[in-house]
Amino acid sequence: MTSAPLNASRPRRADRVFRGISTGAGVLILAVLVLVAAFLVIQALPAINPTAHIDAAPNGFAAFVGPLVFGTLFSAVLALMFATPLAIGIGLFISHYAPRRLASMLGYVIDLLAAIPSVVYGLWGIQVVAPFLQPVYQWLSDNWGFIPIFEGPVSGTGRTILTVGIVLAIMILPIMSALAREVFLQTPRLHEEAALALGATRWEMIQIAVIPFARSGLLSAAMLGLGRALGETMAVAMVLSPAAAVTFKLLTSENPSTIASTIALDFPESSGLDVNALIAAGLVLFAITMVVNSFARAIVTRHRDTMGEN
Amino acid sequence: MGKIIELDRVNVFYGSFLAVEDVSLTIEPQTVTAFIGPSGCGKSTLLRTLNRMHEVIPGARVDGEILLDGANLYDDDVDPVSVRREVGMVFQRPNPFPTMSIRDNVLAGYKLNHDRLSKSDEDEIVESALKSANLWKEVKNRLAKPGGGLSGGQQQRLCIARAIAIRPRVLLMDEPTSALDPISTQAIEDLVSQLKKDYTIVIVTHNMQQAARVSDRTAFFNIAGEGEPGKLVEFDDTSVIFSNPSKKNTEDYISGRFG
Repeated sequence: MTSAPLNASRPRRADRVFRGISTGAGVLILAVLVLVAAFLVIQALPAINPTAHIDAAPNGFAAFVGPLVFGTLFSAVLALMFATPLAIGIGLFISHYAPRRLASMLGYVIDLLAAIPSVVYGLWGIQVVAPFLQPVYQWLSDNWGFIPIFEGPVSGTGRTILTVGIVLAIMILPIMSALAREVFLQTPRLHEEAALALGATRWEMIQIAVIPFARSGLLSAAMLGLGRALGETMAVAMVLSPAAAVTFKLLTSENPSTIASTIALDFPESSGLDVNALIAAGLVLFAITMVVNSFARAIVTRHRDTMGEN
Repeated sequence: MGKIIELDRVNVFYGSFLAVEDVSLTIEPQTVTAFIGPSGCGKSTLLRTLNRMHEVIPGARVDGEILLDGANLYDDDVDPVSVRREVGMVFQRPNPFPTMSIRDNVLAGYKLNHDRLSKSDEDEIVESALKSANLWKEVKNRLAKPGGGLSGGQQQRLCIARAIAIRPRVLLMDEPTSALDPISTQAIEDLVSQLKKDYTIVIVTHNMQQAARVSDRTAFFNIAGEGEPGKLVEFDDTSVIFSNPSKKNTEDYISGRFG
């Protein structure tokens, strides 16, 4: 063993440099956040001013953005409704049911799904999902039309908010399943064995040991999926023909539009105050996403506290 | 009442690795049998074959016969789930379900086995199981609190209460006090002596004094070396093993010359 002189300065310099780099990175991300927020607020102010006359929003900004907020939330919630049970199922299958080799292969496939660009999902939505589902929608409307959400007239193209919800669900499925698999795999062996030793079947073991342990992780997976679905632009813009309607009807051609897709579709043709209105809509989306994320974080933290030391 | 357990030429494998070789021994009902031996000698592995928990690990399997009151646990038509309802288990580290209350922890096994119970039946089961585990006085006023809030020793007694709530015939304990302080250890040991009235108990322990204190019979296991299978060296009354063992190997271990 060689002993370094007491005043060796090399390792300290490396230490300082590294601290500088990591501090810089931390400051940079904060700065970017502040700059983006400042840009949004400054550019949005002229549109939010109630006396402003905006061509795209003749009845004021609130009337313009309201239906978009509705559409954004509605499509994202629909997506989450489809994706959550599927993601939990896929995660459980990979972590607790599939033979090891199949499980690792499935893990790869799911990661691959996440790598598909959203434009491709949009194209697939238009070309495959919409025409495939159209007859299903017709059937739903014919047989279950008395339920308001399935009321007709059914869209002839199948390009409805329900299709958007399904395409979005498939888009957020990979990240949600990957997270679900991770949290399920982290269940302490000790708890699983406790359940099995009491005479639990595998499904019972999952119910009493795995799911309760994974609950907060699943919640953050769902919130991450929700965040993605809220901000998703291309797939929605491509599948939906924008109507900015506020309706819960899933199958008609009068569909609510979302903030992100409206910005993408309208921005190239906007000028003057219309641009400000779109940026203000972006600010609203930013706020919604922030609220969703901090809400999720709060729930996760609280849940962690009740889990105690375990 | 406890049941008799007979092992006949049992070999235990992890994949192709033979972990325990050719063990035959008989565990009498309502006795405490201790498995002792150095680390890696297969005593925990063997214990886990008695309630078919061994096979939870992929690739693990068992050869030979293990009879519980004459019925082979490894017959093709035996469901491991029902074996585990007859043969309860307590683990090395206390593992109450963290999200469940103390009460729900005690009832966890019961709810798997039976249909819905009336609240008064449940209360009765909770009280009697916790009393048997010497925990009732300490927790009766906070049954609705999570089990994770108890001390380590209390958690371990809660796990014992959970295991005996479903009235198994046999109770396996895998180094139940190795994570506990001396006072909690004493509480568990006292409990073991009480429980043997009703259960056949098999306890794996690293602590030879503990084996000497709590058990009626002791089985000493050893391995010849790294990668070799564990073997049963000697099985006799605890008093004989600790005072007058017939094998030199046992004597060396007991007197602290290795392990």
